Amino acid sequence: MMRLPLFEFRAPRTLDEAARILDGERASALPLAGGTDLLPNMKRRQQVPRTLMSLRHIEELHHARLENSGARIGACLTLTDIAEDSRFRNGLTGLAQAASVVATPQIRNMATLGGNLCLDTRCNYYDQNYEWRKAIGFCLKKDGTTCWVAPGSRKCVAVSSTDTAPALISLGARVRLVSRSGEREVLLADLYNNDGIHYIKRRPDEILSEILLDSLHGWKSTYWKLRRRGSFDFPVLSVAAAVHLSPAGVVQDARMVIGSAACRPLVAAEAGKALIGRSLNQETIVEAATIAARIAKPLDNTDFDMTWRKRVTAEFVTYALRELRGVDVRAEREALTRHPAI
Amino acid sequence: MLTGQDLPIQYGILPVSQDEQALCLDHVRHVGDPVAAVIAREELTAFEAMDLIDVDYEILTTISDPEEALATPEPRIHDYGEEGNIHKRVALEFGNVEQGFVEADEIFEDTFFYQGNTHLPIEQHAAVAIKDPDGKLTIWSSTQTPHYLHRALAKVLEMPAAHIRVIATPNGGGFGGKSDPFNHEIVVAKAALLLDRPVKICLTREEVFYCHRGRHPILMKFKTGVKKDGTITGMHLQTLIDGGAYGSYGVASTFYAGALQTTTYHVPRYKYEGCRTFTNKPPCGPKRGHGTVQPRFGQEVQLDKIAEKLSIDPADLRLRIAESSNSITANFFRLGTVNLTECIRRVVKSSGWKEKFRKLPEGQGVGLACSAYLTGAGLPIYWNKMPHSGVQLKFDRSGGVSIFCGATEIGQGSDDVLAGIVAEVLGIDPFDIRLFTGDTDLGPVDLGSYSSRVTLMAGNAALQAAERGKALIAEGVAEKLEVPKDRLRFAEKRVFDSIAPEKGVTFQEAVCLAEARFGTIGTVGSYTPPKSPALYKGGGVGPSPTYSYTAAVVEVVVNPVTGWITVPKIWIAHDIGRALNPPLVRGQVEGSVYMGLGEALMEEQEFRRLPKKLSHALVHKFPSMLEYKSPTSLDMPEVFTELVEEPDPRGPFGAKEVGQGPLLPIMPAVANAVYDAVGVRIDEVPITPEKIMKALAEKKAGREPRYGPKHFPHVNWPEALRVPPPWEGGDGNAVNEAPRRAKPKTEKERVLTP
Repeated sequence: MMRLPLFEFRAPRTLDEAARILDGERASALPLAGGTDLLPNMKRRQQVPRTLMSLRHIEELHHARLENSGARIGACLTLTDIAEDSRFRNGLTGLAQAASVVATPQIRNMATLGGNLCLDTRCNYYDQNYEWRKAIGFCLKKDGTTCWVAPGSRKCVAVSSTDTAPALISLGARVRLVSRSGEREVLLADLYNNDGIHYIKRRPDEILSEILLDSLHGWKSTYWKLRRRGSFDFPVLSVAAAVHLSPAGVVQDARMVIGSAACRPLVAAEAGKALIGRSLNQETIVEAATIAARIAKPLDNTDFDMTWRKRVTAEFVTYALRELRGVDVRAEREALTRHPAI
Repeated sequence: MLTGQDLPIQYGILPVSQDEQALCLDHVRHVGDPVAAVIAREELTAFEAMDLIDVDYEILTTISDPEEALATPEPRIHDYGEEGNIHKRVALEFGNVEQGFVEADEIFEDTFFYQGNTHLPIEQHAAVAIKDPDGKLTIWSSTQTPHYLHRALAKVLEMPAAHIRVIATPNGGGFGGKSDPFNHEIVVAKAALLLDRPVKICLTREEVFYCHRGRHPILMKFKTGVKKDGTITGMHLQTLIDGGAYGSYGVASTFYAGALQTTTYHVPRYKYEGCRTFTNKPPCGPKRGHGTVQPRFGQEVQLDKIAEKLSIDPADLRLRIAESSNSITANFFRLGTVNLTECIRRVVKSSGWKEKFRKLPEGQGVGLACSAYLTGAGLPIYWNKMPHSGVQLKFDRSGGVSIFCGATEIGQGSDDVLAGIVAEVLGIDPFDIRLFTGDTDLGPVDLGSYSSRVTLMAGNAALQAAERGKALIAEGVAEKLEVPKDRLRFAEKRVFDSIAPEKGVTFQEAVCLAEARFGTIGTVGSYTPPKSPALYKGGGVGPSPTYSYTAAVVEVVVNPVTGWITVPKIWIAHDIGRALNPPLVRGQVEGSVYMGLGEALMEEQEFRRLPKKLSHALVHKFPSMLEYKSPTSLDMPEVFTELVEEPDPRGPFGAKEVGQGPLLPIMPAVANAVYDAVGVRIDEVPITPEKIMKALAEKKAGREPRYGPKHFPHVNWPEALRVPPPWEGGDGNAVNEAPRRAKPKTEKERVLTP
């Protein structure tokens, strides 16, 4: 059975109206952005909301203001909008790269930035048909009590699989969350929990409306993604890196984020610190990569062998840092991506 | 709701493996084996009802792979077969293979593993059945074999076959996965008869993975003796085959796995031992290249190792030992035209092989491999002496021609081939032809779209029917024009005097003249393959009217740190005989390359075992199109296709097969290219970055730079049937078996030529 369950559909035109709907419905309603993840999940009965509330007709969610002093990006910009808009370059290159490697062109045309940030965590035992999950016994994340990945675990270990979150975290992004009772700004790095079920701190009555960035003057960023196919696939490891370099090439600040290696994107703070005050060279890059890779502890719940994913993490960090250093790594990128690279 | 008791009669594609039930009765053999069917007015209702069914299972010991099956004779998954959980054992020896090893300068022993994978057609299986007003049954189904489905329905429903009509619908991909009669087809037929209303089912993608019938996982051991110049002196192949929970085509697959080693290179002495076991997983069956793909991988990789050891270029080695046209192999397969050496020369030239092999920088490499494949199975699935394909033509006063044939269009272009052949003979436009195919009521039997048989067999039947129609029309026209009929030509929608071309009539007028003379004009044609000289028991699997040949060069780039592998370019040359429709032929070659690359690099039918305290059942790891990894169009490399055309008189206008053969060299060529790139052997498919990295670690540690199976388990092989090869005076019979059939009269092979 792979049909959508029945649901009510709401399509508010303003953020206020949307906030009122969510306030009234509470957890029984889900906001619908591109729907590219939510609707297949509903077919598999991973989510069965009584009401779907479309965000598409809310004008202000589709705006992007990019200025030297900073950026405000509406949550409903599609990933294609971001990948193809040349304003998302320089400091924002990492974000554009991340958006450009999400799924397929068709999905990127529908999928939104906000939706990708809120993407449900994934697991080989969870992203299955209702019948499959029922047949082996429902898992901890949905309807069950056992974690099939780590049967001793009391915590769900489903994997954060968003591409854009690591990129935006490396850029120091904040997000605006709007509800009927008001609004708040949260540092994106703090939006996520290391818990496969309660992976996001967005309350059910809140709408993630905007992504906010400070000035990225002097910053360079990049995003590297490991997946089986260079055409499309969820990430099974990703590295987002951003550095602020002095004119002499000394690292003023550096942020590295490892994606898809836990229930949340992991900030490699120690690795970033290790680079500050030094220039990017073979030695510092390898040192930082080694430190960064330590925090990745992949489990056996995605594609590829987990040991191999762990072992190639440092190599992926070096790709990112070498690229930021100015080394030509196009061949490495082309080997991983089957569409034109940004 | 229906359960097993409503459909108790067993069926199965092969007469020797009638081991399936539409719905399980007493015994569930794999996760995905259907136990009940719910019919409702709409899907959501059926879904809710299905969720309310509780099944109490008594847990039996499960078997995950052939080694476990050998070690676990009880409980038996089926109560038939050789013994325990062994479904089929085969042992054949053509000449004294030990003597071959005595004469060898070098002996190579290698073990390979080929993982199972599935067809992954974009369209899931679907079927609709209705009870006709007069009580007959009509079923539309996405099937490759309407005739075999017809037979299975008649058996299980206990209805006269004459009251059942099977219509094969236009089909969104088959690749062998829609060649068995399936549970869901029988269930909707039964439900339609009971309810007297149309009943439809569309399988979910998950259910398609459970229908499976895909590539058998096979463990193989090759022992090959060679002279210093590369000449093969003897080969001994053993296979251990994971059949899954049912027979399906498995007995044929077991023979196929040992059949075609001799058809590419000259093997003077050959021994084959094969063993298929049952396991508690979805049944394996025929996937593109049926049974021959796995040992082809082993053979071609081993040849690469042989060439390396003997310091011979692998292309040159193959040129030396390639089989030649019109030979009879050690196992008594009669070859047609063989243009393997030309295929090799073409890809060597186009790929720049001589400048690349062992000369590219570290991390880049090229690999070469070849293959052969049958152009249609020489025998039908069930024993009978009737033609394998029949065609009826109806000539209309309008000048249009209708073709009626059971052949099944599954996207490969078989309709186009039939229209093209008839149009060519009659000198008319294919657009003036209407086709009625894949319908058991409308057309004469064609056995189905499998074994690369349709172009040659249905094509030859169409050719015969068209020639017969042409003869009738020529008589009518000859009388009118007062020209001898053998001077008439059929071209450009006209029938005219070849000496005075202006003297003629339109094709429409010609048909009218013939109809006036003879009455309604209709002709038939049929095709039966030539008798095979392989008379020994088991010799029925592998013979074909003729074989196609392919050579491919694959270029890879391998990251020496991560093992990441990409394939930028592939050069492939295919011996097609003659391309009746070159774009379709190229489409099949490129489609084969695509599918082969998926098998080479990522596709796996993987299972997880549930904990023992639950059920210990084998559960498909991820039955979804997203997580069963298969390349997409964007992942395709550049493919350079060349067609080698030397018409084979056995095929219509000289055509041979193309649907399957070009898949076979891709996987071994990738493995050989990986060795050229980074110096490690991956003796296993798929060839993943993890495996390459492990082999690289072995190399770094100074151990054998290889990833692959380490042993071949003990199997109690039966005494081999000993068949002396032709060059030892053999007559095609085994010397240690009572002759089964009289040797066929040495009649000249009857060849239809245009």
